[in-house]
Amino acid sequence: MRRILLAVGVAALMAGCSSAVKLDSVPVEDKSGTPISGTDGQNAAGGAAKSGVTGVDLGKSGQDAINAAGPRIVYFDYDSFVIKPEYQAIIEAHSRVIKADKTRKVAIEGHTDERGGREYNLALGQKRAEAVRKAMGLLGVTDSQVEAVSFGKEKPAAQGSDEASLAKNRRAEISYR
Amino acid sequence: MTLRFFSTAFRNLQRTVVGLALASSLSAWAQFRVEVSGVGLTQLPIAVATFRGDDAAPQKIAAIIRADLERSGQFRTIDSATSVIDEVARPEAATWRQKGADSLVTGSVTRLADGRYDVRFRLWDVVKPQGQDLGGQSFPVPQGDLRLAAHRISDIIYEKLTGEKGIFSTRLAYVTKAAQRYNLWVADSDGENAQTALTSPEPIISPAWSPNGAQLAYVSFESRKPVVYAHDVATGKRRLIANFRGSNSAPVWSPDGHTLAVTLSRDGGSQLYTIDANGGEPRRLIQSGSIDTEPVYSPDGKTIFFVSDRGGAPQVYRTTATGGNVDRVTFTGGYNISPAVSPDGRWLAYISRVNGAFKLHVMELATGTTNAITDTTADESPSFAPNGRLIVYATQQQGKEALMTSTLDGKIKARLGGQSGDIREPDWGPFQKP
Repeated sequence: MRRILLAVGVAALMAGCSSAVKLDSVPVEDKSGTPISGTDGQNAAGGAAKSGVTGVDLGKSGQDAINAAGPRIVYFDYDSFVIKPEYQAIIEAHSRVIKADKTRKVAIEGHTDERGGREYNLALGQKRAEAVRKAMGLLGVTDSQVEAVSFGKEKPAAQGSDEASLAKNRRAEISYR
Repeated sequence: MTLRFFSTAFRNLQRTVVGLALASSLSAWAQFRVEVSGVGLTQLPIAVATFRGDDAAPQKIAAIIRADLERSGQFRTIDSATSVIDEVARPEAATWRQKGADSLVTGSVTRLADGRYDVRFRLWDVVKPQGQDLGGQSFPVPQGDLRLAAHRISDIIYEKLTGEKGIFSTRLAYVTKAAQRYNLWVADSDGENAQTALTSPEPIISPAWSPNGAQLAYVSFESRKPVVYAHDVATGKRRLIANFRGSNSAPVWSPDGHTLAVTLSRDGGSQLYTIDANGGEPRRLIQSGSIDTEPVYSPDGKTIFFVSDRGGAPQVYRTTATGGNVDRVTFTGGYNISPAVSPDGRWLAYISRVNGAFKLHVMELATGTTNAITDTTADESPSFAPNGRLIVYATQQQGKEALMTSTLDGKIKARLGGQSGDIREPDWGPFQKP
């Protein structure tokens, strides 16, 4: 059951991620500053009331750090697993988060576009995931914290066969577990 | 009751049917979703009369047999749907000869008192002046096995007239995706009568039949990463074959069923390993700094074909079952993947990218002669029928996923029926024990 809940949680994270993707831009998420509940009205009417309580959700411990690290997707060229310079900052930001908490487990999920065979795409996606993992390793991330896995072409972020869609599908997602 | 076949060899009926002669039967082909291209085909003309009782039976036995024989590419069916002839009647050979038939199938399907059905047939050589009885057989079956009985009759006819084993009673595995559900199906060789082996919210790919047809190995993403399972089809019992760190994929059984070859990334990169079918520690087959994947055994188990990008682009290579010498097999084109070896070891089917299109190719291994055998552009996952006469593969038609069978020369193709929605990843099972 825990596993299912975890999967649902991760799926929710992923969903948030992919829905934020815009054409030709990397996704940006900003979830900080959202109070958990109940304080909105008080804050809105004449500033913070003295009796106001700010809740802390331990279940989301560290989420701020992850969110602050910014986008979690690295995009690749066709048939390529080379990390382009513009994505180095994303990898560095997440490497800092992972290094800061040695208990943190991260999956790098490699993906491809729809062209070609399922198994060869799985291997290509694996190569993309491992390229990101290795880049993190060079930044001092402990290997055992990061698992590189592949979904091949099975989980496209964008439907459609136009180049813009295909480009959004050639990616590695940094997924906190 | 079993009516025994005469042992008369009956293999010299082959005729060459050219060009326009084919046109008269095109409507029948359309009905069976069979496409014919090319001329100079050698096909046996056969009539399959409607079986007595077919109209009341839950499965139309004669229609299933006709479609089977058409799909094989070895037969051309003569229009006979309006003739109802059972296995007891003596047909007028001259009449069928005039219609162009060399052979005639007659039969009946009768509901028994216990609810089962008795399916009977008889095969006639109508080239002989008075017609010669080539024998027949009776299949008392439960309703759920009516299609199987029809396929077994097709097998017997096929073997009797071509001298080779038929594959109609074998099974296909394939995967569908519909409404964000993935299903692994086990179906008849015509794609029909599918039963679900596995349903999952996450992708399923690469089903592979065990040599005895009892188990399917496959890759499931149910734990948010690719993991290899073996699945007993009859009981639904599943066991983990490979769930190592990283990705686990591309399972295939050795011909003796004792070993699986898989692709694992546990040591970095997609690399080939073998694992005992009862589990245990994987043994590394080859070590390379490249992608090595899609292993497939030769029928004698001595060779493993696989795909590698060690030359800079994916090509088919081969090595020994213990990972000895590696040599390259495909040389034409910059993207050759998904090898399948014919059961006689003569042919290699694979997918080659040609001008951006992914097309099924067949290579004669002894000579290296290669032919593209499709007009489609998104072919995937070829798999040989156990008699080596047909290849099943996935493709797209009018933007929709479809399963097709083709003869090795590409001249006879059939779109398989079955489930709606996206349909893919076919694997043709072995001969079944009767």
